[in-house]
Amino acid sequence: MNTFFHSVALEKEKCIGCTTCIKRCPTEAIRVRNGKAKIDSKRCIDCGECIRVCPKNAKRAHSTRLDALEHWKYKVAIPAPALFGQFNNLNDIDIVLNGLKKIGFDEVYEVSRGAEVVSDVTKTLFDQNKLKKPVISSACPAVVRLIRQRFPSLIDNVLPLKAPMEVTARMAKNEISARLGMPMEEIGVFFITPCPAKVTDFAAPIGSASSWVDGAISIAKIFPRLSEAMDKEVDINNLERIARSGMLGVNWATSGGESKASFEERYLAADGIENVINVLEQIEDERIQDIDFIELNACSGGCVGGVLCVENPYIAKTRIHRLHKYLPEKQNHYDNSMNSIINWTQELEYTPVMKLSEDINEAFTMMNEIEELRKKLPQIDCGSCGSPTCKAFAEDVVKGKVKETDCVFILRQKVKNAADALSQIGAYDESK
Amino acid sequence: MAGLELKYAVPSAEEDFLGAGEASTSVKKKLRQIGYNPEAVRKVAIAMYEGEINMAIHAGGGEAEVEILPQSVTIKLIDHGPGIADVEKAMQEGWSTAPEEVRSLGFGAGMGLPNMKKYTDTMDIETEVGKGTTITMVVNAQ
Ligand SMILES: Nc1ncnc2c1ncn2[C@@H]1O[C@H](COP(=O)(O)OP(=O)(O)OP(=O)(O)O)[C@@H](O)[C@H]1O
Ligand code: SF4
Ligand SMILES: [Mg+2]
Repeated sequence: MNTFFHSVALEKEKCIGCTTCIKRCPTEAIRVRNGKAKIDSKRCIDCGECIRVCPKNAKRAHSTRLDALEHWKYKVAIPAPALFGQFNNLNDIDIVLNGLKKIGFDEVYEVSRGAEVVSDVTKTLFDQNKLKKPVISSACPAVVRLIRQRFPSLIDNVLPLKAPMEVTARMAKNEISARLGMPMEEIGVFFITPCPAKVTDFAAPIGSASSWVDGAISIAKIFPRLSEAMDKEVDINNLERIARSGMLGVNWATSGGESKASFEERYLAADGIENVINVLEQIEDERIQDIDFIELNACSGGCVGGVLCVENPYIAKTRIHRLHKYLPEKQNHYDNSMNSIINWTQELEYTPVMKLSEDINEAFTMMNEIEELRKKLPQIDCGSCGSPTCKAFAEDVVKGKVKETDCVFILRQKVKNAADALSQIGAYDESK
Repeated sequence: MAGLELKYAVPSAEEDFLGAGEASTSVKKKLRQIGYNPEAVRKVAIAMYEGEINMAIHAGGGEAEVEILPQSVTIKLIDHGPGIADVEKAMQEGWSTAPEEVRSLGFGAGMGLPNMKKYTDTMDIETEVGKGTTITMVVNAQ
């Protein structure tokens, strides 16, 4: 699999080369060059922040098209719990699950089922003292990618369990194939995703060599058809009962949900990528103490804030909470036979994308040049050079990606110096 | 020879509470860019952060001078605050003169200096009551 595959991409024709996205990218992965934004695939963590802020809608998330279903004999939808927060006045998630069947899926298997299993295992491993504290959740792939490139000393704290999407896909395939006597290859499992990070995660997974998910369909893309297919007036008693998860699993859609499913106290849940970075810096410097579990979601509010959701995250959150009273507590439990589908089979590795050079001596030289150049820059981070900050610009110059004179201030200074020199020649000539 | 020298002004906690900690965060980023051993980076970040906060809270701010060499990082923290009257006591875990309002923010456990010692390979304190304090710490790359 391609480690640098990304869901987030640019539609060049729409990009007007403004500086909105370069400023908001948390890993400084975007530059504007020749009037168009360009995303560095080594640095991008697919958080979707640029999609959110682009005023021209020039950033897109690649996701699976609905017609991809046709290639599979047996089609299974595995919806993220965030999907349940998208509909008004919903008091039974079976209305949504039945809607998914109406639009072409043979079966539906909620990701909240896998979430309940992951919560169970987390608690078990924690109680057996098998995890390094503080344990950092591995559910949000944007966060795991961020840790991998920027917080190498925290890699061992990351919960070495597959995310609910992957666990659910495996549970579904195992169960369906056994029940129907169908070969696995005929079962296509499609995640209904709130974010591009999860699309990337099935194409280039973390913690395993390959994913059991066969496609990821954006919530925004499926929403109109699903909403139309859903029978909101239905008499609940006549509805096929599909749902087999409870409040604890569904709650994973909102920030804090994962923590509360395994811990009563000594946990911290932070959401929004800036907050996530700040918390990671603090854990790394051991400034956060007495905490056992740290849940981090790149999106504000948790996955309900995913950039592919259609509803405002806070409204979606209220709706998820409203569902509580209609749901059992939980319906899925971990047993030893599940170990092979839950545990990571590949370790997380540090990808030092910020490193200036493989040769440490050269890196020192470059760092000195960057510091020198930085002193000449106005430190106003205007962005007109196409780099997000004056500091990033200095790095780009030293790396040979741009010229010093791409900074309007340096250029102006040079023009002024040249003009002064010329006028001095003129003055000299006149005095002759 | 390869090396990098950095200088930072550390504000007093009264003037700029959030500014304390910025220098150590900046050093951490630069060490990562250089490709420094991650374990050494972590030690530098923890020790320097504690020293920076001490300057900000107990000494009204000061300066940080950092010298990065391939084999080691030297952190020098210089302030012109009240000085430390009894260094031996100050080095004890749990000993603190932090006032109540600082404690309510989660500081004042008396763990800063002991942790600085724990995470560095050498630490030297020069201090004079009424004049100020200079702490020099070295973290070896390996
Ligand atoms: N730069 C300094 N100038 C003056 N006094 C200092 C300085 N650094 C430390 N001290 C004194 O030493 C004591 C112990 O410092 P230490 O960092 O170990 O604990 P603390 O700062 O009080 O609490 P904590 O670091 O756990 O938040 C301080 O309470 C203070 O009296
Ligand atoms: S918080 Fe959830 S929706 Fe947002 S990037 Fe992470 S996994 Fe995706
Ligand atoms: Mg202290």
